[in-house]
Amino acid sequence: MRKGLRERANQRGVACRRAAERGGGVRRKLDLDPVLVARARELARRAGQPVVDLARSHTTVSVERAVLRLAGVTGADPDGIPWVNRLVDAVVADVGLGHGVAAPVFDALAREDLTDVTLLAQKAAAGSVRFTQPTGKAATAARRAARKAVAAGVRRIDRRRAERDRLVKRYGDPKQRPWVYLIVATGDIYEDIPQAQAAARAGADVIAVIRSTGQSLLDYVPEGATREGFAGTYATQENFRLMRAALDVSSKELGRYVRLTNYASGLCMPEMATLAGLERLDMMLNDSMYGILFRDINPIRTFVDQRFSRQVHARAGIIINTGEDNYLTTADAVEEAHTVTVSQLLNEFFAHEAGLADWQLGLGHAFEINPDVPESFRLELAHALLARELFPDAPLKWMPPTKHMTGDVFRGNLLDGFFNLAGTLTGQGILLVGMMTEAVVTPWLSDRDIAVQNVRYVLGAAGGLHEDFVPAPGGFIQQRAQQVLREAVELLARIGDQSLLTAIAEGTFGIMKRPPDRGKGLDGVARHEADYWNPATEILEAEPAAERGGVLAAGETAVRS
Amino acid sequence: MSGAGVEKKIVRPYGDTTGDGMVQVSFTLPVPHDKRAEGAAIQLAGKMGIDPAMLVHAKQMGDGYTFFVVYGRVNHLVDVSAVQVVERDFPLLSAKEVNALVKQRLRRKLSVVGACIGTDAHTVGIDAILNVKGIAGEKGLEYYRELKVTNLGAQVSVPELVEAARVEKADAVLVSQVVTQRDAHLHNTREMSAAFREAMPAGRRPLLIVGGPRFDETMAEELGVDRIFGRGTTPGEVASYLAHALITSRRAAA
Repeated sequence: MRKGLRERANQRGVACRRAAERGGGVRRKLDLDPVLVARARELARRAGQPVVDLARSHTTVSVERAVLRLAGVTGADPDGIPWVNRLVDAVVADVGLGHGVAAPVFDALAREDLTDVTLLAQKAAAGSVRFTQPTGKAATAARRAARKAVAAGVRRIDRRRAERDRLVKRYGDPKQRPWVYLIVATGDIYEDIPQAQAAARAGADVIAVIRSTGQSLLDYVPEGATREGFAGTYATQENFRLMRAALDVSSKELGRYVRLTNYASGLCMPEMATLAGLERLDMMLNDSMYGILFRDINPIRTFVDQRFSRQVHARAGIIINTGEDNYLTTADAVEEAHTVTVSQLLNEFFAHEAGLADWQLGLGHAFEINPDVPESFRLELAHALLARELFPDAPLKWMPPTKHMTGDVFRGNLLDGFFNLAGTLTGQGILLVGMMTEAVVTPWLSDRDIAVQNVRYVLGAAGGLHEDFVPAPGGFIQQRAQQVLREAVELLARIGDQSLLTAIAEGTFGIMKRPPDRGKGLDGVARHEADYWNPATEILEAEPAAERGGVLAAGETAVRS
Repeated sequence: MSGAGVEKKIVRPYGDTTGDGMVQVSFTLPVPHDKRAEGAAIQLAGKMGIDPAMLVHAKQMGDGYTFFVVYGRVNHLVDVSAVQVVERDFPLLSAKEVNALVKQRLRRKLSVVGACIGTDAHTVGIDAILNVKGIAGEKGLEYYRELKVTNLGAQVSVPELVEAARVEKADAVLVSQVVTQRDAHLHNTREMSAAFREAMPAGRRPLLIVGGPRFDETMAEELGVDRIFGRGTTPGEVASYLAHALITSRRAAA
C-alpha cells in the first residue's frame, strides 16, 4: 500500500514537472550521473525505512491530541491548558497511551451518555470519568463513533483545501517564480496583520508569521490571539484564522492568492498541522530532523510526530518547508554541503512515505558560504543547482545569508543581491527575502522595503537569465555539484550501515549529538500495544488526498497551472 | 583604560576632509511623502546636530511612511580620551599556551559548561565559542585539549544549568543570549547569577560569563556575573580570559 501511495504522489508531479520546465528550464545542466542519483535515493530509503517502521509502531501524546482535535475537542481550561491535553492526560492515567485514546474516549462518551467530546474532556479533567480500553461490542461501537467524528474533522480539512483551490483559481498564482516569501514578527497578531498586508502590497507572495520563541518546547498548543509574544506570535488556531482572513482580503485586493505560512515543529507538530489544515494555511515549516538537532527533542518523538503531521499536510494540500538551511548556520557551508543534500533526500523519502506529492516539498537550502571564500558565488550556484536538478518537481525554498551578515548593512544588501541572483539563476521556487539588518535588529519597515526592492530589481533585471545560464561542461560548477552528490552518497552509505538514529546520535547533521534515549518529550512516546487503534491514521492512509476526485480535481488543475 | 590622566583628544566625523564633520543617517517618519515630510526630516536632522542637512533620498513606503537618507555636517565633537570602555585586561594566549597553563598549574582538566538560557533557541553564539568548528578560522573551546566542555545547547532552564554545573564541577559557566525582547537577556542573566549565588557558596561558585550582541560589557557587576563578552568575541579571547581569571590571577592572589 505504501508503494502505491508513493506512485500516486509521483503521478501528481507530472503536471508540476511540466510547469517546472516552463518556468525553470534548469534540468540537466549539471550532467549528473543518473545511476548515482538513483543510488542516492535508494540509500535514503534504506536509511529512512527503519525510522518509518519506528514511527509506525509508536504513538505520542501529540498524535493522540491531534486525533481528538479532528474529533472535535476544542478550547482550553481557565489556566489555558487545552481540553485535548486534559483529556489525553486523563486517558493515559487510566489506560496508558499505547492503545490509542480514540477508543477509550468514545467508549466513555457512550457510557456517560454524552455527545460532545469537549464536555467529556471537562468532566474527565474534573476527575469524574473513568476510562477503560473497550472490548467486544463496546469496542466496535466506540470505534464506529470515533471514526465518524474524526472523519467529520478530516472532511473539514478537505473543504478548506477545496476552498483554497477555488481562491487560487479565482485570484491566480504569482506571475513569477520564485515566489517572494516575507516574514512578519511583531509579537502581536493585530500588529502583524497590517504589516503582512503591507508586505503583500509591496510584492510578497507568501507571508510567514514568526512564532514566539520557545513554543517548540511547549507540550500544548496555546489558545487565542497573541498580543504579546517573544519575537513572534504563538501558533494558535485563532492566530491562524485571523491572519488567513486578512490575507484573503489582500488576495482579493491584489488579484493574486497570497499564501500564509506558519510552523508545524517542536513538540506539537501533529496538532499544528491539524489546526493549519482546519484554517487553510498554505505552507508549514516541517522538517524531519530540525526539532531533534536544534531543540533537543527526542528523536523518536520527532519522527512519530513528523509522520502524522505530514500525513495531515498531504491531505490538506499544504506545502511543507524543510529546514536544511539551519545545518549551514552551525556547520561549514562548503565542507558540510553534502549534509544538506542528504537531509533533503531523507526529507523527500519521509514526505513521499507520508503521502506528500513533489509539488508539496519545499525542500530547504541556503546561501551561507563565507563570502571571503574564493569563488563563493560559483559554489553557491553549484549547490543550488544541484538541489534543483535532484528535485526537479519540488518548489525548493531558498534561504538568505544569515551567518555571514556582519551588521555592515551595505555589504549585507550586496550579499542579498547575489543571493537573489543565485535564486533566479537556479530556478528556486520560494525565495525567503534576506534582510540587510539580519543579526542586527528585527527588520524595520525600511529594511523590508529595501530588501523587497532588491528582489524586484534582480527578478526584473535577470528573471530570465536562467535560460542563458548553462554551466560549462566539465567546468567548476558541474564538478563541484558532482562532488557534493558523491559525498552525499558516501554519507548515506555510512548511515545505511549504522542506521539513521545512530547517525543523529553521533552528530552527523549540524554537529549536534542527539541520542534516541534522551531529549525533550520522550515521556510522551509509547510503543503501540497489540490493539492500538487510530482512526485518523486509518482514514489518512486509506484515502490519500491524491486519490479523491470531484471538487478537488477541478481545484488541483488550478494549482498546477 | 579610562580617561583619567590622558590628554584630551577631540575628533569629529570624517567625510572626505579632516574636520568636515560629515555624517550620513537614514530613518523613517510615519508620514506620507510630500514637501512637508521632507521639511520634517530636515528638522529632525537639525535636532540631531546635523546642520546643514542635505536630504538626498526620500521614498514613500506603503500608505503613510517615508524613508529618508540625509547627509550633512554634524556639529558635535567627541573627546576620545573621555571614552569609557572595558579594555582587555588579560594577555591573549594561543591554544597551546592555554593548554600548557591548565596542565602545569591546574593539573586537571578545566571544566566549562555552556548554554543558551531562557527561551533563546539561537545557539550560534555559544556554538561559535564552544564547538570545535569555532568561528572566523579560530577553533572553539572543544578543541582545547585541557578543557572539558559541556554544551547544553538551547533553551536550558536556570535550574538545569546550575545542576549541570554542579555535576560537571564547572570551573566556568558560559551563557549566550542572542535573541532578546524587552531586555529578556538582562532578566535571564540576573536570574542565572542569583541562582548560582543561592546554590553555591562564594568560593565554590564557577566563574560566570555571559556573551551576546546586546550586552553592555560594562554591566558585569550590575548583572552579578564575572565577565561580559560582546559582539565579535572569539574563542581565543574567552580561553585566554579563563586562563587569566582561573589560573594566573588566582595564583598571584593565593
